[in-house]
Amino acid sequence: MEPLPEIPLLEIRDLCVSFGSSEVVHGVSLTVMPGERVAVVGESGSGKSTTAHAIMGLLPDGGRVTSGQVLLRGEDVTHASQARLRKLRGREVGLVPQDPMSNLNPVARIGRQVAETLVVHGLASRREAMARAVEILGEAGLPEPERRAKQYPHEFSGGMRQRALIAIALACRPELLVADEPTSALDVTVQQQILDRLETLTHELGTSLLLVTHDLGLAADRADTVVVMSQGRIVETGPAVDVLTAPRHEYTKRLVAAAPNLAGVHAPEPSAEPVVLQVESVSKEYRVRGRGGVLKAVDDVSFEVRRGRTTAVVGESGSGKTTVARMVLGLVDVTAGTIRLDGDDLVGMSRECRRAARRAMAPVFQDPYGSLDPTFTVERLVSEPLRVLGIGDRAARAARVRELLDHVALPSSVAQRYPNELSGGQRQRVAIARALAPDPRLVVCDEAVSALDVLVQEQILALLRRLQDELGLAYLFISHDLAVVRQIAHDVIVMKAGRAVEQGPVDQVLGAPRADYTRALLAAVPGARVAAPS
Amino acid sequence: MTTTASPRVRGGGRALRRIARNPLGLLGGALLVIVVVAGVFAPLLAPYPPTEVHFSTPFQVPGTVGFALGTDDLGRDVLSRVLYGTRASLEVGLLSVLLAVVVGVPLGLAAGYWHRLDALVSRLTDLMLAFPFLVLAVGLAAINGGGLGNAAVALGIANVPTMIRVVRAETLRLRERDFVLAARAMDAGSWWILGRHVLPNALPAIIVQATVIMPAAVLGEAVLSFLGLGILPPAPSLGIMLSDAQQFLFRTLWPGVFPGLAIAVICLGFNLFGDALRDALDPQTVSEG
Amino acid sequence: MGRYLFDRLWQSVLTLVLASVVVFLGVRALPGDPALAMAGEEADPAALAATRTELGLDQPLPVQYGKFVGHALTGDLGRSTRTGTPVTEMIAATLPVTVQLAVFAMLIAVLAGMAGGVLAATFRGRWPEWLANGFSLAALSVPTFWLGILGVVYLAVGLGWFPASGYVSPLADPLRALYYLTLPALVLGVTHAAVVQRQTRSSMVGALTADYVRTARAKGLGRAAVVFKYGLRNSLIVVTTVVGLQLGGLIAGAVVTERIFSLPGIGKLTLDSVFQRDYPVIQAVVLVITAAFIVINLAVDVLYTVVDPRIRVSGSSS
Repeated sequence: MEPLPEIPLLEIRDLCVSFGSSEVVHGVSLTVMPGERVAVVGESGSGKSTTAHAIMGLLPDGGRVTSGQVLLRGEDVTHASQARLRKLRGREVGLVPQDPMSNLNPVARIGRQVAETLVVHGLASRREAMARAVEILGEAGLPEPERRAKQYPHEFSGGMRQRALIAIALACRPELLVADEPTSALDVTVQQQILDRLETLTHELGTSLLLVTHDLGLAADRADTVVVMSQGRIVETGPAVDVLTAPRHEYTKRLVAAAPNLAGVHAPEPSAEPVVLQVESVSKEYRVRGRGGVLKAVDDVSFEVRRGRTTAVVGESGSGKTTVARMVLGLVDVTAGTIRLDGDDLVGMSRECRRAARRAMAPVFQDPYGSLDPTFTVERLVSEPLRVLGIGDRAARAARVRELLDHVALPSSVAQRYPNELSGGQRQRVAIARALAPDPRLVVCDEAVSALDVLVQEQILALLRRLQDELGLAYLFISHDLAVVRQIAHDVIVMKAGRAVEQGPVDQVLGAPRADYTRALLAAVPGARVAAPS
Repeated sequence: MTTTASPRVRGGGRALRRIARNPLGLLGGALLVIVVVAGVFAPLLAPYPPTEVHFSTPFQVPGTVGFALGTDDLGRDVLSRVLYGTRASLEVGLLSVLLAVVVGVPLGLAAGYWHRLDALVSRLTDLMLAFPFLVLAVGLAAINGGGLGNAAVALGIANVPTMIRVVRAETLRLRERDFVLAARAMDAGSWWILGRHVLPNALPAIIVQATVIMPAAVLGEAVLSFLGLGILPPAPSLGIMLSDAQQFLFRTLWPGVFPGLAIAVICLGFNLFGDALRDALDPQTVSEG
Repeated sequence: MGRYLFDRLWQSVLTLVLASVVVFLGVRALPGDPALAMAGEEADPAALAATRTELGLDQPLPVQYGKFVGHALTGDLGRSTRTGTPVTEMIAATLPVTVQLAVFAMLIAVLAGMAGGVLAATFRGRWPEWLANGFSLAALSVPTFWLGILGVVYLAVGLGWFPASGYVSPLADPLRALYYLTLPALVLGVTHAAVVQRQTRSSMVGALTADYVRTARAKGLGRAAVVFKYGLRNSLIVVTTVVGLQLGGLIAGAVVTERIFSLPGIGKLTLDSVFQRDYPVIQAVVLVITAAFIVINLAVDVLYTVVDPRIRVSGSSS
């Protein structure tokens, strides 16, 4: 059969995939036309990655296609032979995987890993392949490709690794590129550069793109067609702009509504509430091994958090934002400057006084799976700060736990459960209940909603806002996500390489940024097209 | 305090249920039950005292009336000696594990938790690793003149370094976890964190390591006793029985068969059970459940 | 890399020094008076004192230690109290036998173990894995020396395939040397093969389920290529570690094997000296074995830098 332009490059018909006896993808159908860019959007567990892997016959052990078809230029490759699949992978369909840290062979040089693809498909001899690999790495936007090709993955940053993976995927000029969350592990500005490069390359080469992502905004920016998946089914398909500005399906509507965007919600009224936390000219230096060098992780940062208000610290990895949070929490020593809690300087404080101060603040960390000890019950988790600080007797603590669970809208029946029996959102509620146990005035949220799916993220943000109103809590909110910050913060500090590049009321900083870096950050946030209508 | 005990009991219960679903783990568990019953009740089960000689009936074959597994060169009952030998093997194994745990776990926790102690403990580990266990046993035998305690101490010390490494690695991994950070932020002291967060979470790894040490110690005891550096004759030991049997190999093989089998059964039991336990406690599969 | 090697080197030297102190003090802690043993039970106090001075026992411990180390460095490890033979000669005569045995056994262990591990990891859930796992479990549960005894009875005496005991120097007759050494090396190697196999299997299973292997398959690499290029290369790191950790067990095993097959190795020398309470020999043998152990471990660490580029380049292991 002669491939005509009308024949879709990729057509998936009623695809069902099962792991063991449980079906995880239920009758998915989608098409990708030559040169088209299709985004598959969904939360974790929606089956989007599984669908993408099924195309290339790369389902993990135990996974199999139970019914339906995958057609590549009309050819059924659903149950193709291993020989056919080997020819298909890399040559006809390229894959850019999710996590750049784990997807490169740690013991092979980058150049060789790119060249390998060419050699396997007989497109170049070993010697030519190495030269080609250097060229391709250059195309993928890797600086000094000649030198970099001789290095190992552990010498690369995340963004550079992702460029290498793109080079590998595009080395043989496949007609279809499957990109599975290609940038979710990267900083926004790096994400933007990588996606721009990917767009340019696919456009130049006429490659079709199947982009798998959890980020609605990113899908809207980078694809022509958007396919929304939920619980193994496609709930909506259509042109990107239509789906995201006028969603028809209930789930898509909720998703669009929940997606944090840069449109303002707070009136910039100045607060006369008392200052709870005052950070003044704080610095943190680390001694670098050898050469006696010094790394300034945080350099002369000042800000304050008032009662009932939220101050956000935004920045990319390496900006020092987490170090700021840890210094406030007393987990990292301060090199210079003062941190005052209710007017008392924490830095020079004696151990006993600091203990009293600790009662006034509590942390909520990013990973709801890592921040709760798996051997503790919810009751023990929530009451731990009380036991550490010696607050109340056992009966009083039990009563307090019930009260706290009620605060975070968890039924008291979860008290005897273990964290791994709870969902991510429930765990984060438990972490918040634990933070509230000693009745703090300040809660330090270190990327507290970053690991959550959009819908859960919205609920947790709503919970944080409600608790703030009810209890008059002050929040120090650390985040990389400008859109989330826009939703929750009153004041914001933008950090880069340890320094505060800009700070002020959130509407002013994010609405009318003065610093170039803030502008770059804002421009890199995907979803400008979604944000527009609201 | 029920709240402290429950997670471990519950975690243990789940691990046991997982093992029960694994046929090899079940087999290992069954072998262990047999071995432990044989060892613990040896004085009740053995038809004769283990050192009682019957000069009139040496080299009886298994199945002889009165000597179910036959007799050795001195006419001693092989069954009785195997039962008591199993008991001795388990004693040495348990003592070695105990020594490795008592010394290795605190050192591993300290090395993993306090950076300052790490270098010191690492040097100590290197030093201990520099002496192969047989050299240790040789040295101890030269000083103390052998015996069950000697074997247990040599084998225990030999297993301390690996225990330190296992616990240190676990501690290093756990101390970076957010729940430890959360505990530090609420001003929990080092002992609180080590005792309530690090140790309970490192327990699976420690238990698995113990199931690795146990068969190694049982084999080690047999080797030491075989060489005359461990348990001293006429006390019953599986290794000594093999050593005795070797001298009369060309007359009969039987006295050597059963002690060898007993060692194999003990070790197989621990190895199978340990493997199943490792799978059951695998954090990757547990955290999903 | 230079820094890594330098660190390892000085750590090894430090360990060696500490080990020599432990050996020195350990021998001083032994019961019995070497001077009394040498001068004889009936020696009068003056003669005893003379012997004491001659042996340097009247000097303070640090001085004695200094002399001990000084002599050891020049190759003088003292004389046997039984035979009067220089200990260095005794070790020179026995060490090569043990080294041959150990190297041969480790070779068998690494080759057989890696082959079994690769098979088990490649054919997960099928009969080659069951076979390989069954072998390793059996080998880890059965005492080596029991295997040795059975080997002597069946293969050597029964079938006559191998000699039951004895040693031939490879310098005299390489083929016969191999013939005499095969059974002992097999017996010694089996346990270690099982350990290598288990580690190879688990590291390969880990490597083969790693994300970067899926990426490799997405490039179009076949299964066999992935197994060998990715799985095996990564498991070499683990095998190197295992070989290093197995050395202690190998030395213990060598002592037993030498005893069963009557090989005139250093293990036999060790046992004889313990039973004869020949302290200078015990001291020297323990020191030599420990030093060899430390040096081999250092060699293993150097080997790491070849196998693992992460160490080679950054100078730290992750």
